[in-house]
Amino acid sequence: MGEMTEAITSAAPSKARRAAPIGPGRLLSWTLFIFGVLYFALPLIGMFEFSLRKRRGAYSFDAYTSVLGDPQFQATFSYSLIMSVVTIALGLLLVLPAALWVRIRLPAMRPVVEFITLLPLVIPVIVIAFGYLRMFNTSSFLPMTGTVMTTNLLLAFGYSTLALPYMYRAIDNGLRTLDVQTLTEAAQSLGAGWFTILFRIMLPNVFTAVLSGAFLTFSIVLGEYVFAALLDRPAFGPYMIWIGGNKAYEPAALAVIAFAITWGCMGLIQLAGRLAPHTRAAR
Amino acid sequence: MAFLEIANLQKSFGSAHVVKDFSLGIDKGEFVSLLGPSGCGKTTVLRMVAGFETPSAGGIHIDGRDVVALRPNARNIGMVFQAYALFPNLTVAQNVGFGLKVAGVGRSEADARVTEMLALIGLPDLGGRYPFQLSGGQQQRVALARALAVRPKVLLLDEPLSALDAKIRVSLRSEIREIQQRLGITTIFVTHDQEEALSMSDRIVVMNGGVAEQVGTPFDIYNRPQTRFVAGFVGTLNAFEAVVTDPASGAVTLDGTPMELGQPLSVPSGARIGIALRPEAAHLGRAPGREVVLRGRITEVHFMGSVIRVRAEVAGVALSLDTFNRADTPPPPVGSETEISVAARDFIVLGR
Ligand SMILES: Nc1ncnc2c1ncn2[C@@H]1O[C@H](COP(=O)(O)OP(=O)(O)O)[C@@H](O)[C@H]1O
Ligand SMILES: [Mg+2]
Repeated sequence: MGEMTEAITSAAPSKARRAAPIGPGRLLSWTLFIFGVLYFALPLIGMFEFSLRKRRGAYSFDAYTSVLGDPQFQATFSYSLIMSVVTIALGLLLVLPAALWVRIRLPAMRPVVEFITLLPLVIPVIVIAFGYLRMFNTSSFLPMTGTVMTTNLLLAFGYSTLALPYMYRAIDNGLRTLDVQTLTEAAQSLGAGWFTILFRIMLPNVFTAVLSGAFLTFSIVLGEYVFAALLDRPAFGPYMIWIGGNKAYEPAALAVIAFAITWGCMGLIQLAGRLAPHTRAAR
Repeated sequence: MAFLEIANLQKSFGSAHVVKDFSLGIDKGEFVSLLGPSGCGKTTVLRMVAGFETPSAGGIHIDGRDVVALRPNARNIGMVFQAYALFPNLTVAQNVGFGLKVAGVGRSEADARVTEMLALIGLPDLGGRYPFQLSGGQQQRVALARALAVRPKVLLLDEPLSALDAKIRVSLRSEIREIQQRLGITTIFVTHDQEEALSMSDRIVVMNGGVAEQVGTPFDIYNRPQTRFVAGFVGTLNAFEAVVTDPASGAVTLDGTPMELGQPLSVPSGARIGIALRPEAAHLGRAPGREVVLRGRITEVHFMGSVIRVRAEVAGVALSLDTFNRADTPPPPVGSETEISVAARDFIVLGR
């Protein structure tokens, strides 16, 4: 949209633009902007309005109290919340050292690593899930589906895989803003080992980036259905599908709640970026 | 064995032989500069001492201990980089205290050391700032304090002044040198700037193509360059070709003017030899003690205040010469014919 309006405004003679502040180009860009806002806002407003209509004849938050009070909701949501924390930790432990290593020692391998991290976007989840079930079923050499704990772990591994493209890109982007090579050498010459370099130097400096990766991971884990269903774990994704098929107003309320959480997270990222004392945003 | 002993050091990257048979002994407390053009291998030598590169061959001993097999974080070496490399997420005080914290130094001792270091670099009140709130010169001083806080055995500086403004660059030179002398720390300073090397160092190693061309005091390097490269790289040089008339006594003729260079020459009679003159060794007009008189024509005059740099065409060569300003003698006009006098023994004989 931006490019189009730009082309149009620049095609208009500059004299005319100076004379009339609301020329045809500007009018068009406003129209497009308002159209865009409506395009996104109307369904949201509609959904919100619908979610308030559970009580006949009056607006109410009944659908919300019904959803939030549902023990199923509470159980699946907290399960997925915990799973997302585990997944984020796993992803971070996997991606941060890897991304750093690639930047410092194997810059030539970057395209390969980037390709690998993109694979989860290309390979359907169902394929990965069936692969897992084949590799780790109860009669395999590593029967991870045998107990609840190991199944949970397997699920977290699956989630980390799904989150890999986002986590890697977020962290790699964060590292790009730093002179990682020299910072690493400075830390090494001061006696620091890899653990210190990773967690005292790199992590705090890419914190905002990590946070956005973490947030994407969180939303992936909350919405993921296939893994959880195939591994038969009580996650939030299957619950949303179930409620979508069995209730009328509650799914809309759930969607609004999901939006609120999403926006809350985005706000938190912004806030973290602004509050971090050393970032340039603070200048 | 010297405090820091580098012996027959070599380094290749693939087929590129970057450092070739580099040897150097540095005494405790000495300030040695590696001076040379970009790409001559200075940084590579420094990084091998620091442990960031593994030598292809050769040895490095610090305080009698072979460090080649040691990791960088076990070598107890302080390093200052051109790009400052302060940790952006830590305050100035935390940056300076970083190495102490890693080493497990107690809180109160570490705090005292940080305070001492900040005082040393003249920034006692900036401990609470973040790196982005400092100027380049301040950042580099903090980087120096950070490197020194852990009391390293050796301090390595890789072009630490190259990213700074000209003015700060000059003032930081003397500041770094003063701190180095006060702490008596053994230091290797890498630079491509001959003025920096000449003004700061106890000794200079002039490097070219991965080898040390000459090692000596700044005075030696400037006045008695042993190779053509050193003579040309350090300071301004006016090079002439003379014809040898008597190699044993060092007699030559320059543009028909006979002179005695005062040293035996290793070329046969009748051969041509390169000789050179520093700008300050040539004198406008005649003067006692400068027995060789050459005729020239003034082509340029640059009045720089206390010094006047004059260019003249002498013996078919554009010669630069410096004279001090004197209020009663205006510089000669461009285009005028002049006499230029030189002491024959001030000529540098260009060898290889
Ligand atoms: N890691 C490396 N891989 C390949 N070549 C390198 C590497 N580091 C340095 N070089 C090469 O070695 C030569 C010397 O580099 P360097 O020591 O940085 O020179 P200086 O510091 O004197 O400018 C250069 O030609 C450079 O391209
Ligand atoms: Mg260099």
